[in-house]
This record gives sequence, C-alpha cells and structure tokens, in this order.
Amino acid sequence: MHGLAFDIAHMLAGALVLLSLMMLYQDRLYALINVLALHALVLAMSVAWQAWVHDAPHLYITAGIALVFKAIVIPMALRRMVFQLRIHREIERVVGSGLTMLAAIALVALSLEVMLPVTEGVDPVSREDIALALSVVLIGLLMMVTRHNAVSQVAGFMSLENGIVLAATGAQGMPLVVEISVAFSVLIAFIVIGIFLFRIRERFDTVDVEALDKFRGERR
Amino acid sequence: MTGFDPLAAVLWLPLGAAAVLAALPGYVLPARLNVLACLASLVCAVSLFWHRPPAGDYLMVDDLNVVFIVLNTFVGFTTATFSASYIAHELQTGRLTLGFLRFYHAMYQVMMFGMNLALVANNIGLMWVAVELATLTTVVMVGIYRTPAAIEAAWKYFILGSVGIALALFGTILVYLAAQPVLGEGTGSMVWTVLITRAASFDPELLNVAFVFLLLGYGTKVGLAPLHAWLPDAHAEGPTPISAVLSGLLLNVALYALLRFKMLLAANPQALAPGPLMIGLGLLSLIFAGLMLYRRVDIKRLFAYSSIEHMGIIVFAFGVAGPLGNFAGLLQMTMHSLTKSAIFFTVGHITQAKGTQKLADMGGLTETHPVLGWTLVAGVIAIAGLPPFGVFMSEFLLVSSTFARQPVLAAAVVAGLLIAFGALLVQITPVTFGPPRGRNARVHASTLPIFAHLALVLLGGIYLPPALVAWFQHVAALLG
Repeated sequence: MHGLAFDIAHMLAGALVLLSLMMLYQDRLYALINVLALHALVLAMSVAWQAWVHDAPHLYITAGIALVFKAIVIPMALRRMVFQLRIHREIERVVGSGLTMLAAIALVALSLEVMLPVTEGVDPVSREDIALALSVVLIGLLMMVTRHNAVSQVAGFMSLENGIVLAATGAQGMPLVVEISVAFSVLIAFIVIGIFLFRIRERFDTVDVEALDKFRGERR
Repeated sequence: MTGFDPLAAVLWLPLGAAAVLAALPGYVLPARLNVLACLASLVCAVSLFWHRPPAGDYLMVDDLNVVFIVLNTFVGFTTATFSASYIAHELQTGRLTLGFLRFYHAMYQVMMFGMNLALVANNIGLMWVAVELATLTTVVMVGIYRTPAAIEAAWKYFILGSVGIALALFGTILVYLAAQPVLGEGTGSMVWTVLITRAASFDPELLNVAFVFLLLGYGTKVGLAPLHAWLPDAHAEGPTPISAVLSGLLLNVALYALLRFKMLLAANPQALAPGPLMIGLGLLSLIFAGLMLYRRVDIKRLFAYSSIEHMGIIVFAFGVAGPLGNFAGLLQMTMHSLTKSAIFFTVGHITQAKGTQKLADMGGLTETHPVLGWTLVAGVIAIAGLPPFGVFMSEFLLVSSTFARQPVLAAAVVAGLLIAFGALLVQITPVTFGPPRGRNARVHASTLPIFAHLALVLLGGIYLPPALVAWFQHVAALLG
C-alpha cells in the first residue's frame, strides 16, 4: 500500500480525530449530535476505503452498519430524546473548553508517542490507524469524564466505540466475528442506555447525572 | 459418549432455559426451572472432567478453565436455590413484580451463558464478547428494583464497565496486531491455543502495550482500585443473589481473562514481566479496600469492599507468581468465590429479616436469628482468613512464599490483611453479638446452599484432596 491510497486512509483517520476534538467544544446538544453523526459518517468512509484498498468485502458490512446505524438511526433517536426531554439547552461542563482542548491535544500527542514506536513492524496503514484510533478512544474518555449530562456521555461513549472500530478495521484481516460483535454490542449498549435514560427521565426531571449522585448509598 | 457433547450442553442449556423462562408466567415454576437448569449445567460441567472435547477455533476445555467452569456452574446452581426463597420474600414485600421476575430469571440464565462462554472461549475476540454479554446482563439486573439508588448504581456500573470493556477490546486488537505478522491474517491469529505456542516470536513491545490496556480494561471488571468505583454500588443496590454471583463469579471470570493474557506475556521472554504491575495494583486494592472497610455503614457495601480486598490479594498472588504464588492465587480464587457467595446468601436473608441494609440498625443476630447469626460469624471468620477455613490456607501460603522472596512485600500484605481483619471485627461484632436492635421479622431462609459452601471452605482448610493439590500445582506451573 502506497501513494494515494495511503494518503486517503490517513486523511480519513485524521478527520476522525479532528471531529473528536470538535465534539469537545459543542455546547448545544443538537450540535453535538450532528457532529456525532458526522463522526460516524467519516468512520463509515474510512472503513469502506479500507475494504476497497485491501479487497476485504466483509468490511463493507461494518461500513454499512456504521453508516446506517450510527450515522442515521442513533442520531435521529437521540434528537427525538433530546426533544422529548426538553433539554435542548446548553450543556454544563466541569472544565472550560480551552482546558479540555489542551488536554485533548496532549492525549493525541501521547497516543502517537505510545503507539508509533511499538508498531514499527506493522503495515504502515494499520500503524497510523491504530495510533489515531487510540487518540479517538482517549478523547472519547475525556468527553465522558468532563460532561455530566447523560446524553453527552452517551455521545462520548459512541465516539469511543468509533475509535475502536477504526482500530479493528485498521488491523488487517482481523476476523469478521469481532467486527459484527462490535456493531452488535453498540446496538445492545444503546438499547440499555436508552432504557436507562428513560428510566432516569421517569424518576427525575433532569438527565443530569449529577442529580443522581446524591442518592449514593453512603448517607449516615 | 457419542452424540453428546457436554461442552455444547454447558452453553446451550442456559440459553435454552433463558428462552423458556422468558415465556413462563408465575414464579414458583420458573424459580424451580431456574434451579433445575443450573443443576443440569453443573452436571454437564462436571462431566467435562472425563470427557474433554478437543480444542476448536472457538471453544476449548483445558486444565486451567475446567475447574472454573465447574465452580461457575456450582455457584450458579446454589445461587439459584437461594434466589428461589429470596425472591418469594421480595414478591411478598412488593419490591419485585411478576413481570420483572420473568425478566430476572431469563436474564439470570443469559448471564450464566455469558460467563460459561467466556470461560470456554478459545478465541480472544469471542471471550471479549462473552464478558461484555455477562456485564450487560448484570447491569440490567442491578437496576431491576428501579429505585433511584439502583438506577444510579446501574448507570455507573454500565458506564465504567463499558469503558473498561472498550479498553480491553483495544488491548485484544493489539494482541492480534502482534500475532498477525507471525501467524498471518484471519481467524488463526486470535485462537488462544495457537497464540500461546507462537507467543515467543511476537513483537514484545506491542504485547507490552496490549497488556497494559488489557490490565486496565479487564481490571475494571475485576474491581481493582482505582477502577473499582462501580463495584460497591452495584453490589449494594441490586438483588442479593446478583451480589453473590457478581462477587463470586463475574470478578473471577474477568480475572480469568486477564490470566490468559498474562500467560501469553509469560511465554514471550522479551516482553515485560507482568508481575510488578499486578503486584502494585493488587497491593493498592488490598490496602485501600481494607481502610475503606472501617467507614462502611451498609452491610452489602461492607462485603463488596471485602471483595475488592480479596481481588487485590489474588492479583497480588498471581503477580508474585512462581509455583507457590500461583497456587495461592488459584486456591484463593476458589475459596473466596465460595465464601463470599455464602456470606451474601446469609446477608440477603438478614436484610430481609431486618428490613434494612444499615449496619447501625442490626444487632444481636446470634440471639434473634441464631442460624443466620452464627453462619454470618462463620462466614466472616472464613473471609477474614482465620483458621480452620480455606482462605487461611491460601493467605498463609501467599505470605510465606512472598516472605521467602521479598520480605518487604510480605510485610505490606500482612499489614493489609490485618487492617481488613480489624475492620471486619469492628463492624460485625455488634451486628452478631451486641444487644438486639432493629426489626426482627421471621424469614424463610434457605440454609442449605450456605452450609454447602461453608462446608467446602472448611474442607479446603482442613484437608485438600491430593488430586486437587496435584491439579492446582499443574495449573500453577502452566501459569508461569
């Protein structure tokens, strides 16, 4: 693999990292969901590109799942949820967006620093993909800890899963069973999350996870 | 033995039972069926000792996992027995409805399926899927009471568990990447029995990074500090049978996954030694949980922290490694699983009798409920690591083998054990002996599973059959 094919794969994976960074400073839920959908779309393109370049047709299934399920169905469902719960206001944050961005940039540097030296023997595309995928995973984690709203935590988790799918498809010839299971687990995960969100809504008037914290069991 | 495959039965039985239980109304028949399905799985699991199918691309039975499968199905069976009497009480008090109960029984079997699958999986991808399945089913079971506290606990468990499991998958992908140049593309590079034979030629650097991710990922599921935050809440807010299987089985399953990868690392001479990492995390969990035990006000949380403490001891033991360290770790895993689930059975009935989980509202149990009170005393003696119970044996073995090599570490372990012992003494004495406090309702307790577990733990402390010792030694050698 060389030349243009490599550049395109690299560009798509890099775009995923950029979108992850964009997600961090979205302070409205609708905007956040839009970026999440875009994130999934780029992932689908990246996976499809891998499928075409490596001539691995089963990866088109993964790309299709990412496109239909993550870029269309889930964002629509999330929008509905946000609308029904009437929470399309601003998101509260623990740390300011400037600090969060700096932390995210540090995480990208860290993951490149960790992954590139240890993957020297691996195919160059896999190598880039794994390093960038780790940044996406870490930024997803960062998003989950800096946001308190349940919907944005879900968005953080979804972007984290996207990073893992990128890594799994980047690893050449990884057996199909894992890719399908990843897609499946996202489905199950989403159902569970959905149930929880609605239960949370049923019991409280907010989906802010902090409101739940006061029910922690250690009251005297 | 033609036409009958016990390995397939261990997987299909729970799955089939789940489908049937999801369709059955009422609660008496499903509860019995639940017990029956678990018993049948246990019988099939035991038959694996004699009839062991060859390892395939996806499933395998070897010396390491066969005892965990038997332990898993055994505790699953006794917990189902306990659960039958427990839920009858929950129905009476209206905490659960019949609809939720149907869901509960079906989920119980799906969870057993997930755990059995994780134990027999020969493919590291499949193992990951199975652990995730078991996690998701326990998440919904933890939230089944639908109180605000239960939902909070389930949400927290779900978020932390998902993050852990995501990191574990990343580690799994890295292991595949390390194997791929040697074994080529495709399924073969994820089959554990193939990986272990060729691990010596994998890229050691990549394996190191992979192991760090796997340790953090599966370590979250094991409940190692500082990744333990989900564990006490999940144990305290879910139904008690689920606390028993969480502590007794699910933690073991996650640890088993970790052990498999540790073996891969041990098979590669250039890779980093996993010992120091595991010793560090284990010791941290042990001492942290020991200190936290003093401040608990809720009895189920108390024993949840005790589980963190014991997982710390076990991870420490496998970190020390060597024939004796691994032996101690395996024995401790078995004994902790039996003891802790027995304690949770007892605690489940006690909280039903007292109508609360607060330690402050319990007192003088040996007077008001002699059977429950004294079994709790026996269970706490066992879990605190006093003779003549089996936990004493394994902890003694661990301390003495550590002392021979690194006396400073041994001192740290002893300190941790003493801290935890003191905490249990301080917390449980007023509950069992002081003046009677709180409500004193009668409960219909099923004591048989409790006695069965405690008897086995006692037996483990007094007399270990030579066959079992030989087996433990053999597996300890495999673990490196």
